[in-house]
Amino acid sequence: MSILLPRAPARRRLLRAMCGGGMVTLALPFLDCYLDNKGTALAATGAPIPTRFGTWHWGMGHTPGHAIAEKRESSPGIEFLSETESLKPFGNKLSYFGNFMMPLDGSSNFTHFTGWVANRCGTPPAHNTEIPATTFDLMIADVIGNNTRFKTIDVTSVGIPRENYSARSTNSLGAAETSPVAVYARLFGPDFIDPNKADFKPDPAIMLQKSVLSAFTEENKAFVKGLGASDRARLDEYFTSVRQIENQLAIQLEKPPHNEACLVPKMPAELAADGTSGAREMGKVIETHKIMSKLLAMAVACNQTRVFNMVFTDANGNVRRTGESYTHHILTHEEAIDPKVGYQPLAYWFNKQCMDGFATYLQTLDSIKEGDGTLLDNCLVFASSETNYARVHTIDGIPTYLAGKAGGKVKSGMHVIGRGDPITRIGFTIMRLLGVPIDKWGTNSLATNKAITEIMV
Amino acid sequence: MRRHFKTIASVAVTVAVTVAALTACGPKEPASEGGTPEMRRLTEEQYRNTVGDLFGPTITFGGRFDPLARTDGLIQLGARTARVTPSGFEQYYTLARSIAAQVVDEEHRETLISCTPADPKTADDACARKFYAQVGRLLYRRPLTDDEIKTPTVAAHDVATSMQNFYNGLAYGLAGMMVGPKFLFVMENTEADPDRKGEVRLNADARASRLSFLLWNSMPDDMLLTAASKGELFTKEGVKRQVDRMVASPKLEGGVRAFFTDFLDLRKFETLEKDPVIYPSFNVKAGEDAKEQILRTIADHVVTRELDYRDLFITRHTFVTAALARIYRIPAGRPDGGWTAYEFAESGPRAGLVAQIGFLAVNSHPGRSSPTIRGRAVREVLLCQKVPDPLSNVDFSLFNDPNSPHRTARQRLTAHAVTPACAGCHKITDPIGLGLENFDGSGALRNMENGEAIDASGDVDGIAFKDAKGLEKALRDSPAVPTCLVNRLYAYALGRPIESGDKNAVAYFQEAFAKDDYRVPALLRRLTASDAFFKVRLPKSEAATQARATDGLSAKDTPS
Repeated sequence: MSILLPRAPARRRLLRAMCGGGMVTLALPFLDCYLDNKGTALAATGAPIPTRFGTWHWGMGHTPGHAIAEKRESSPGIEFLSETESLKPFGNKLSYFGNFMMPLDGSSNFTHFTGWVANRCGTPPAHNTEIPATTFDLMIADVIGNNTRFKTIDVTSVGIPRENYSARSTNSLGAAETSPVAVYARLFGPDFIDPNKADFKPDPAIMLQKSVLSAFTEENKAFVKGLGASDRARLDEYFTSVRQIENQLAIQLEKPPHNEACLVPKMPAELAADGTSGAREMGKVIETHKIMSKLLAMAVACNQTRVFNMVFTDANGNVRRTGESYTHHILTHEEAIDPKVGYQPLAYWFNKQCMDGFATYLQTLDSIKEGDGTLLDNCLVFASSETNYARVHTIDGIPTYLAGKAGGKVKSGMHVIGRGDPITRIGFTIMRLLGVPIDKWGTNSLATNKAITEIMV
Repeated sequence: MRRHFKTIASVAVTVAVTVAALTACGPKEPASEGGTPEMRRLTEEQYRNTVGDLFGPTITFGGRFDPLARTDGLIQLGARTARVTPSGFEQYYTLARSIAAQVVDEEHRETLISCTPADPKTADDACARKFYAQVGRLLYRRPLTDDEIKTPTVAAHDVATSMQNFYNGLAYGLAGMMVGPKFLFVMENTEADPDRKGEVRLNADARASRLSFLLWNSMPDDMLLTAASKGELFTKEGVKRQVDRMVASPKLEGGVRAFFTDFLDLRKFETLEKDPVIYPSFNVKAGEDAKEQILRTIADHVVTRELDYRDLFITRHTFVTAALARIYRIPAGRPDGGWTAYEFAESGPRAGLVAQIGFLAVNSHPGRSSPTIRGRAVREVLLCQKVPDPLSNVDFSLFNDPNSPHRTARQRLTAHAVTPACAGCHKITDPIGLGLENFDGSGALRNMENGEAIDASGDVDGIAFKDAKGLEKALRDSPAVPTCLVNRLYAYALGRPIESGDKNAVAYFQEAFAKDDYRVPALLRRLTASDAFFKVRLPKSEAATQARATDGLSAKDTPS
């Protein structure tokens, strides 16, 4: 902003700003308490590498019999079929979870909604817009995401900001970023501090911003006293959001440690708007996703966030292919099964594009060297869909992958069979691995206290 | 919610002078129970309109806002439970800094800041205080307390001193106000009702906000807040004076557009895409113009010409651009792409809102029409009827047989609906949607589908029709159409869902709407002149709290 020209602030005022506005601590660049003691050290600093968590969603599940082969006793690994063949290079860096169930205890299966909501919240929605609990990525962010500029970063390559599957409740849903340029500006714009630049001077304007925010917060808190419980809860969340910005400003006042993995990307060009095809044409989705993936991966490598969410294609399958009458979603219902191949060819094409997109994503994370391994090795990425077989909206056996090794905490290359257990065991296991202090997660038949120990190191 | 129980002793609450024009004609308003006061997050449009009204159109800003959940048929009702997420706050913060920077820049400061600092290189508390008192009153939609003026003034002083720049200081303080809950949330404060012991009423400022957000979808202006401060919004004639002024303002069109955007669920246009191979004429511009055509037609019909709302479904009068004219295949549209009035031919296939490209295209697939989606939109949006969600385990094998002899949508849907579980819902939607099958997924006219003549007959609630014009006529004559509008507008105006205690009031407005020849401005006048519009009550538990308090608070739920 043009007016915020940093000039030398008056010393007395600055001291007041720093002390009165809450202590500007020497925020450590990495949160030590949840660092992995199995993790390797960053070459330059000797500091342990943190574990990061990401989610990746694709819509419409898999084509039965053409994605992952049934597990055979003789083969503990994953047998990728044609739809997932692009994932083969990552076979030793991911695990597949099949046959985990989603019992609803009489609740409705709201198509293309219940699946992702119950999987991420541990409880099914009561109506077709309800998000009944905090999604587990945010529970993880509350633990590992407090000392980075952004607690989470939510992006989507499908161009619909509402299609964000990270929320604290129905009424607390943030908008996902849809524009690569906007993502770049947010992550690597003027407020980004390059850890590898030799010179660093705290911007006095940021100190003042923080001080001003604190002063207003104090005043605003006074009027919360008279609120009823529900409105007060809403404002409590507002103040939590304010604190996050204050934290962000505090981080910007500290010099980040040298970080070899962090290579500041160039600003992407705005994707061409050709006036005919919009964001949901599959080619454009893939192009956007590729750019977004690079930005997101570098944001993680540069320690801007430790929790990151990507929606490749949305749960309503709004993507389309040039020349086709129907979207991916409609094709899963209305396209005939070709008896020669045994599946719906066009819907399969979309499903395969999704898995190719996932492979691109993994490749992007895996291409960034970090410590003795790669960024992917230090991440845990939960990739899932909202349905198993979209044609009939099945939600039992929703395909789920865990990619990365979480800095050595996780075994990979496994095909894990749920044997009828609730799918919440996957989310519960992830949360336990990443230090979320819970003994049990989920409600009714989705409740579980059993981690999947076979993937835990 | 903080409620100030100031006794407005100075306010003469006499309502002896009634507004004859509104109460002498038509039905008498029944007593209303009122709803609980609300705390609503500003919608994106309200935020943008407020900034535009306050600082003018040359202040520019982009940005994204946390989405609101559509609740009980209206996004407006989602605002009453909406929160502010961290990323949402980050966005507000970015916007506020950008807006504040523009307000104080050299281009704008002379017109937007009513005082000049003694020395622009240092703080000027008097000037800052004056600015914040003036601007803050409009941002917070009420006069500021001394402390509320002091906070930005002190902030401005510190920043100006540190940066040796008065205007930088002013911007920091303004940005602080603009990210505060007092701006971002519309708080409905109440006070003890001097006429009804033990009851509360919306205070004057909250009344001003209800009026302005309904009629303008923006903040109250200076005149409205001044009227509020004089107690005029507690009298029928005082409210009428303001409503007359507001209805005469060009901003009324913005308020009406906002309501219809919400009511007709035009948010769906955000995700509208057509396949460029199948529909080469339907580009991004056509999609944008299609939405604008709907709103332009409505604004002209209900605001400019004050015509019968029901006639929106049969009117041939509309506006088109060259992008739309290509799809309509009509010789219209200006070379510069701008808008021009157009009358569809009486003998032609089109009339009314439902046969416009916007409605047809947004309720279709990217490359194909959908009688089911169109029928559902008519039921749920225009008639306020709930259509059950589709079953999760539908067998489409009959429907999608590649060797199917079914060439038209009617034939395909008939085959599909032989499944008893599917037939129930399709009986509700398809007979309506099939009436629009003479228009493809882009809204263009067609008479054949896959070489077969299209049969566009159908029925809506027992009224049979032969084609789209017949469907529109049936909708025009359906009593459910005006009833639906009244119900939605009532909820929208009060910012809450209709409750059982509203039954009589809603019935009254439905009757009054008919008496007023279904004119929307008249309905707005009725609403704003009514007791129901401002009526509020506290929950029982809180009423007890209030009874114990001499200076207390209220909210829609019990403080804990």
